[in-house]
Amino acid sequence: MSPVLRAFLIISALLLLAPLLFPSVYYYRIGVLVLINTLSVTGMVVLLGYVGLVSLGHAGFFAIGAYATAVLPAYGIPPILTILVGAIGAALVAAFIGKPILRLKGHYLAIATLGFGMLVWMVLSKEAWLTGGPDGMVVESIDVKAPFELLGIKIKTAIAWYWICAVAVVIGIVLATNLANSPAGRAMRAVHESDVAAASLGIDVARTKLTAFIISAVYASVAGSLLALFNRYVTPDTADFLHSIEIMTMTVLGGASSVYGALIGALILTSLPQMLTVFAEYENMMFGAIMILTMVLMRQGLAPAIAQLFSRGRK
Amino acid sequence: MSEFVQFCFSGLTVGAIYASVALGFTLIYNASGVINFSQGEFVVIGGMTTAVLIASGVPIWLAAPIAIIAAVIAGMTLYKLAIEPARGAPLVTLIIITIGASIFLRGLMQTVFDKQIHRYEGFSGEQSIAIFGAALLPQSIWILGGSLVVFVLLVWFLSRTKAGNAIRATSSDILAAKLAGINTNSTMMLAFALSAATGALAGVLATPVTFTSYDAGVLMALKGFAAMMLGGVGSPAGALIGGILIGLIEAFTAGYISSDYKDAAAFLVIFLVLFFMPGGLFGMVRVERV
Amino acid sequence: MTSLTLENIGISFGGLRALDGVSFTANSGEVTSIIGPNGAGKTTLFNIITGIYQPDIGKVLIDGTDVTGEAPHDLARRGMARTFQNLQIFEQMSALDNVMAGRHLHERRNVLADMFGLPSSRKCNRESAIAAQAALKRVGLGGVANRPAGDLSYGQLKRLEIARALTTEASLILFDEPAAGCNAVESREIDDLISSIASDGAAVILIEHDMRMVMRISSHIIVLDHGRKIAEGTPETVRKSPQVVEAYLGVHGAKEAGAALA
Repeated sequence: MSPVLRAFLIISALLLLAPLLFPSVYYYRIGVLVLINTLSVTGMVVLLGYVGLVSLGHAGFFAIGAYATAVLPAYGIPPILTILVGAIGAALVAAFIGKPILRLKGHYLAIATLGFGMLVWMVLSKEAWLTGGPDGMVVESIDVKAPFELLGIKIKTAIAWYWICAVAVVIGIVLATNLANSPAGRAMRAVHESDVAAASLGIDVARTKLTAFIISAVYASVAGSLLALFNRYVTPDTADFLHSIEIMTMTVLGGASSVYGALIGALILTSLPQMLTVFAEYENMMFGAIMILTMVLMRQGLAPAIAQLFSRGRK
Repeated sequence: MSEFVQFCFSGLTVGAIYASVALGFTLIYNASGVINFSQGEFVVIGGMTTAVLIASGVPIWLAAPIAIIAAVIAGMTLYKLAIEPARGAPLVTLIIITIGASIFLRGLMQTVFDKQIHRYEGFSGEQSIAIFGAALLPQSIWILGGSLVVFVLLVWFLSRTKAGNAIRATSSDILAAKLAGINTNSTMMLAFALSAATGALAGVLATPVTFTSYDAGVLMALKGFAAMMLGGVGSPAGALIGGILIGLIEAFTAGYISSDYKDAAAFLVIFLVLFFMPGGLFGMVRVERV
Repeated sequence: MTSLTLENIGISFGGLRALDGVSFTANSGEVTSIIGPNGAGKTTLFNIITGIYQPDIGKVLIDGTDVTGEAPHDLARRGMARTFQNLQIFEQMSALDNVMAGRHLHERRNVLADMFGLPSSRKCNRESAIAAQAALKRVGLGGVANRPAGDLSYGQLKRLEIARALTTEASLILFDEPAAGCNAVESREIDDLISSIASDGAAVILIEHDMRMVMRISSHIIVLDHGRKIAEGTPETVRKSPQVVEAYLGVHGAKEAGAALA
């Protein structure tokens, strides 16, 4: 079975079966948040896992999507289309800032992306005329039940959102898996492991990094748009440093090298704070500790460890 | 004129703080090639601990050393528990670890202390001194003096002491340093301890002017990093001058352009340096061996 | 026909002259070897040819075109490939994927087609896999194609790098100590492989310590010492040059060297 088909089947099955475990509609809401985070993290898997770059400002791209969806309907662009506009905007911004900073190595990129995220946050907080300032702004709602009703299905809003986001995640994961096993993805993985060797084969290292950076920015932006539509409200916190850290932590916990890691990381770190108040209370410490412990004890993250468990079981 | 001088004073004051942060970065970078993203948290540990101790009646001369010791313990623990076990790991791993440490320490301070903004009175009172029609806080002199002293001690330490030489040797070739009988682990531990002390001292001195809170570390680290980049990564003199320059740029941005975007000045500098001057003012571009 | 010409190449590191006035030409169909004692500047020369370092003075020409200071990936586009002395393997990737990465310049590069898994992208992948499989067979690694590269032995990795360079179909291939650390049998195999690559029409430039190998397969030898070219010519000429023997192995080693070279 090809890796893409396998990812498609496994992820679809998981998302189809998950609602069987939901005791109430509230869990669909958590499910939606998990899925939206999975989408951001899948983008991060492309960046960190495929090409090996750290971004500490991905919330900035997430916020670009979220605010595109919040702001643009007032200018006559239909909400659904704002997802696309936001994604294009995020891609352009990523291309613009990525070009100079991706020539440089690890630390510089980390800091520059961190600065980028804070810059976005700053603009969103200070330009109140456009963004509503620190209090945020209301997002025009869309009727997510409509497509289901068209098929004659009566459905609650949260549940409709769950299925829409599930489709988005499956698409996102299939695209990322396709990429991993394609010429472009191979170039990314080559750059990750040895940029000198990659360059000696004609791979344009800077360009390859930039491509991954742009792709990951688009994932984050689409996730941001979905969250804005789902919450019907956005605040500058979407661009907050901590949000970038959240995305990062989910990525490393799940395991940056595979898309399965994205789902696992997002699932654990989205649902735990919702269910355990202790976790929410000590969120910073928890995230920090998880990052350190994962890197020290289990550098590949959970997904490879779980995969190993399965393959051992089969033997 | 008086306005200009005023901006210079405030720029020099915050610049000296950034310089101290940058010096802390430089120490660890020189010893280990790691940029410690939790450097800003050391500053906050220094400021917060002092503030809370003073508020509970401990005199400053006792509170300040306790705060610095607290930061040193944090720095050494960080090295022992998180950096040492990951020695030889890819750079990305080390970056994630120090980011994790930064977030962890931030959470720890939020838990141990609180989410309030803290400050305490300046060491020599709050009565500002008028110079050219501008007001200079006596604490600013403490801050500037403190940074200079730290800088001089650091340069002396790195170039004139055995431990300092060990740090430099460890950074240039860890294997050779080991062969020469240098205990590279304790050398790096020392670098983390000193770097934490440098950061905490900056926090102790700065808090009367800049205030502090559990989440102030990121921005502090970012500006310290901008300072280090501007000065040239790895160079103590570069860190000092870079810090002062970032402070001045920020003060003039706030004064003449927009105080809303004063924090953006540091990012702009980072981008400009990356673009036009990757080596910084005093740095050199390292040649990589293939 | 491809030729690489170096004109008066010089570079210093921190005041230390690593290369000084080095010139030579390497032609297609020939193995041009660069020899010299440790620290003579051989790998530095490779890094200049492949665009990793910029020379302070001098020129690198491919077929008469000045390519000095071009980026490594642009030079690859001009038909240059190399292996590395201290192995630069993509260890997390399979052996096959390592070699497929070498097909990069032959692949249609469209990231969207790749993400959507369009037929063009799949076709491209299949073609690369076939070419890579062939290259693996040629170096004798056909059986380990799907193993993670990290699991292969040192000798296998050396050959994997050769396969990766081969599959680029470069007309100018640089080998940096391809047989170092390999046993006699492996070394012999690599020998034959490099000879056959040259006779297929590529210009091969070789750095190698194994003098038997160098003497056997080179058409042309350049001897470096302390960054300078001290001799150049056919194996015959170089073998007879007393200052080469002396510089290369030191006075005390000259006697044994004479025996080895004879």
